Amino acid sequence: MPPAPCALCKTNRALILRPKDHSKLCKSCFISVFETEIHHTITTNTLFYRGERIAIGASGGKDSTVLASVLKTLNERYDYGVELILLSIDEGIKGYRDDSLETVKRNAKQYDMPLTILGYDELYGWTMDQVVEQVGKKGNCTYCGVFRRQALDRGAARLGVRHVVTGHNADDVAETVLMNLLRGDLPRLSRTTSIVTSTPSAVSSDPNSHTNIKRSKPLKYAYEKEIVLYAHHKNLDYFSTECIYSPEAFRGSARALIKNLERVRPSAILDVVRSGEDMAKLVPGSDVSCERTCSSATPAAEEEGGCGSSNGRTAGGEMANMELQLAQNDVAAEAGLEVEITSSHITSSQLEEHTVKAVQAANGKNGRKKKGLAITPRKNPKQVMGQCKRCGYLSSQEICKACVLLEGLNKNRPKNSIEVDYEVQEKENGVVQCVTNGLTRVHITGD
Amino acid sequence: MSSSKMKNADEIAITVEFSGGLEMLFSNERKHSLSIPANDQGGSRSNIASLVRYLCQNTMKDPRKDLFVLDGTVRPGILVLINDADWELEGEDKYEIKSGDNILFVSTLHGG
Ligand SMILES: [Zn+2]
Ligand SMILES: [Zn+2]
Repeated sequence: MPPAPCALCKTNRALILRPKDHSKLCKSCFISVFETEIHHTITTNTLFYRGERIAIGASGGKDSTVLASVLKTLNERYDYGVELILLSIDEGIKGYRDDSLETVKRNAKQYDMPLTILGYDELYGWTMDQVVEQVGKKGNCTYCGVFRRQALDRGAARLGVRHVVTGHNADDVAETVLMNLLRGDLPRLSRTTSIVTSTPSAVSSDPNSHTNIKRSKPLKYAYEKEIVLYAHHKNLDYFSTECIYSPEAFRGSARALIKNLERVRPSAILDVVRSGEDMAKLVPGSDVSCERTCSSATPAAEEEGGCGSSNGRTAGGEMANMELQLAQNDVAAEAGLEVEITSSHITSSQLEEHTVKAVQAANGKNGRKKKGLAITPRKNPKQVMGQCKRCGYLSSQEICKACVLLEGLNKNRPKNSIEVDYEVQEKENGVVQCVTNGLTRVHITGD
Repeated sequence: MSSSKMKNADEIAITVEFSGGLEMLFSNERKHSLSIPANDQGGSRSNIASLVRYLCQNTMKDPRKDLFVLDGTVRPGILVLINDADWELEGEDKYEIKSGDNILFVSTLHGG
């Protein structure tokens, strides 16, 4: 096969075949086009504003490493005027995060960004190793997954940062769209498709609450393939873990389906993402963006990515069962909570009417809040709007999943345990900046 | 290639690299300098398809072959770069391997 020339510069040899449009590009044109498209995503969705401090959820993996590299490049090239910092979570599994955290430390140096590493022990009072010691290997994935979903928000709140960007890519979004489609969960599909899944301040009056953290995914339209190619051709230093090969069964199947579709018709991935967006528009209340985000009782983060890295540690089916159980609790609690809160204020006929609405709400959560609010005045809107009573995290239940799990753990803990509840969050000084001690012993090595 | 028929019976020296987590299936070595037969058992020139078979039989110690190969070809989600070019630009698994080639297998399936 004679080497094809680049479709853009017509000079260099094409090395990349773009999945979205089959165009053949040389290395430098590909890098430039990839960056420009992310820039386009950022500007058309007004993801950033000048002066904003933005935490990049950094794992040392390909997605967050590429995200950090591209955002640094774009911030300089287009003068966004944003401040970028790296935020990493250490689950506290001995030996497990060592290599990835070392990678993040190198990235901090390579991209000249401050880095904060927060451990589960600082955020929850428990490392994953301690959790495993307490609950055994069975089901510890559930803890890890639930804790991880809140960890970035909790971490950002501690740093006083209101915006967290994550490396979720088009393949991730397509996978989630398929999963929710196959589960018949359109409301969740609607939330997870959104590029910004903020948990706006309407929910809480406390500006330091971690429910006010905005989340966005600048790589939402970027193919995983191109992210890997970008990292390869720019020689980025990233770390891979052996986790994704054994995710919970359902997510694994969705992922395999996406990858198989891609091989047959590469545009399928973005087509699924777009279909997800179009379906999201059909979900009641989703056409107005504020209504959608304000009324979503569960943050989109609850559904993204699953447990990820620790999935490899237990059988897939087990995890799926736990997830299913938690999901069922969700639905039950949602319908129940609605009635429970309102019943003391309303007559039985109203209650009957409301119960119907609560049931409707369980099928289409987005309509719920408006209807609920119209019926009864809330004594304590802070809780009723869907915040965890204990920690303030946006939740469809009175106590969020993390706090439920923590309660169970703390109950059985030896006497001198540290209780973790909302008070811990107020100890803003407790933030541990690992930047300095980490960086002094790190030397940059191309990987 | 200019090698004579005599040389066809010989081996060709190539570099095979694994990254993105795939190296974990190959003794945690990213870079493998290999000499592979210039022709496969059928007598035709070695291509990516025969290289993949060769790697499974000789190089891969990990028993989980299906993490690398699925339905007789490289598992979807694993990118193949031939001298830095996408293998789709080079004829995919029918690309005939030349001496000195660098073949990179990079997984997109691993997390971070
Ligand atoms: Zn070019
Ligand atoms: Zn909570």
